[in-house]
Amino acid sequence: MDLDALTGCLASSACLVTQTTSGLIIGMLLFLVAVGLTLIFGVLKVVNFSHGAFYMFGAYFAMTAYQLTGSFALAMLCGAAGTAILGLVFERVFMSRVYGADVLMQLLVCYAFVLIFDDVVRMIWGPEFKSMGMPAAFQVVPLFIAGGVVPPYYLLLIGVALAAALVLGLGLARTRIGKVIRAAAHNPGMVSALGINTGLIYGGVFALGGGLAGLAGALAAPVRSLTPGMGFSVLIESFIVTVIGGMGSILGALIGALLIGLIRSFGSLGFPLFTEGLMYLFMVIVLVSRPTGLFGREVA
Amino acid sequence: MTELKAGRGGEALGISRTGARSQRSRYGDVLIALAAFVVLASLPLLFGSKALLDFVIRCSAFGLFATSLNLLVGYTGLTSFGHGMFFGLGAYGYGLIMQRTGVPIPIAFVATLVITAVVATVIGAICVRLKEIYFAFVTLAFQMLIHSTILSWASLTGGDQGLRGGIPRPAFFGIDLSNHVHLYITSCALLVIGLLLMRQITQSPFGYTLRMIRDNATRASFVGIDVWRAKLTIFVLAALFASVGGIIMALFVSGAYPEFAYWTISGEGIFINMLGGVTTFLGPMVGTVLLLILNDTVTRLTEYYGIVLGIVILFFAIGLRKGLMDFAVEWYKQRRDSEKERG
Repeated sequence: MDLDALTGCLASSACLVTQTTSGLIIGMLLFLVAVGLTLIFGVLKVVNFSHGAFYMFGAYFAMTAYQLTGSFALAMLCGAAGTAILGLVFERVFMSRVYGADVLMQLLVCYAFVLIFDDVVRMIWGPEFKSMGMPAAFQVVPLFIAGGVVPPYYLLLIGVALAAALVLGLGLARTRIGKVIRAAAHNPGMVSALGINTGLIYGGVFALGGGLAGLAGALAAPVRSLTPGMGFSVLIESFIVTVIGGMGSILGALIGALLIGLIRSFGSLGFPLFTEGLMYLFMVIVLVSRPTGLFGREVA
Repeated sequence: MTELKAGRGGEALGISRTGARSQRSRYGDVLIALAAFVVLASLPLLFGSKALLDFVIRCSAFGLFATSLNLLVGYTGLTSFGHGMFFGLGAYGYGLIMQRTGVPIPIAFVATLVITAVVATVIGAICVRLKEIYFAFVTLAFQMLIHSTILSWASLTGGDQGLRGGIPRPAFFGIDLSNHVHLYITSCALLVIGLLLMRQITQSPFGYTLRMIRDNATRASFVGIDVWRAKLTIFVLAALFASVGGIIMALFVSGAYPEFAYWTISGEGIFINMLGGVTTFLGPMVGTVLLLILNDTVTRLTEYYGIVLGIVILFFAIGLRKGLMDFAVEWYKQRRDSEKERG
């Protein structure tokens, strides 16, 4: 425990800015992964345990696309689109077979794919740590805000994640497709009776969730190292986020992700060895006081 | 009080068994357990292979752990994702007591169980109020909390290095656990006794109360069962058996490592249960043997262990849609029924 470092940081604006931005980017990446998780749970009632693999694939797709084309925008697109297609195939071919089954069966299918996907990545890209490298456009002098260092890439990352949150929130609330998705979450039998292809909606939602996780992976690729199994810690953390925020709630995922991001960045100062423990402790406290999470409604 | 209520619960389900029959089945269980122990204990005489004995010791540790998890998952419908914390707690508790205090092994054994019971009561009291997926998550969170605590409390637990330097194994009652055969026999005895006790729990009125809670908790509480207390009781009991599994593991590797308390242990436990099947008492035991054989052969044959294991899991989850024992039992029943129709 190092409380002096924490209080020292809280007193200095430079440190405060640096830690807050680092907390924000952790939070925003987590949000992109967690929102897919929460969306899939909300509509399909499936806890997608293999969601971390989509994050991992997004990062690897982006890296390969960037190495082949040299275009950062294309790399992001590849990361998101590639994992979206993967999500669609995964849902249609495998997950759709276990909808009626026990929750454990669903978890088991996902667990199987966690193992398979990790090995597939190891076969294609090799077991060693890889790095995509920062695109030239962002290799510029960092910004200084109140004495704190903020790399411009972080701003892009936060901007993209916020934009995704906004589009998703508005899309679900205001558009026709959003309405259909919400209806399918509420009563799939009725929606299907009205002549809407629920299988397509399920596949689409899974693709969207997978694509968002892939986008998070792609955005993280320049700043994190890539390794098979990188999806795992992200998966666990995004679970914490969705559980804290309330399963199925997008706003909850955003707030939960930011809280976890800030806990991680400031906790690493005050409790360097117990940072992870802090997150779990926070989760326990939230679950015990509000079992459905901060923004969750009672699940049927 | 609970026992009384539980008995009434059993009758309400229409499972009131005559005393004589239940007595007979209890003797039957004891006989089977004795026979199993004799077979296991004679293995070292028949085969000199150390690898085989090691395999059985590992099966004892994981078998106790997986079967105790089935008490929660299969019998009570509590899907715990953090059951591995008690496996880790058993290993660390026992290892620490032996390393720090040097008390005789039986005392350390009992002390570890007491510690586990206390911790499980506290954690269980918080967890069993929650339903289904939230129960799974909060148990997972506690597991990770314990794992983080082990990692960060390095002065006590050795941090990410684990408990090293070996755990002393002083002889007691003429049993010398540093002797490999003695260790083997002790593990087998613990396994058989543990399984027998768990079997008694599942066949008792309390065991039937648990099944009732699993099938319809609302009805159970209307019948007058204190659902919370019953769930907490089985949570603590299951934790104790998992802890014994952890103690066997600590004895076997003569140490304790953070991986013992990591969530993957819980994941493996769930997987073992699904592999073997949760509807039969011995399903998890079959699953343990299957998984360990699978682990050993696959890691020897290929470096892409995950792909092979993943495909096997998919085969069980999507192909069979149930565990091996569930499948076998159903197949047997179907065959018997069709024979009856023909005859």
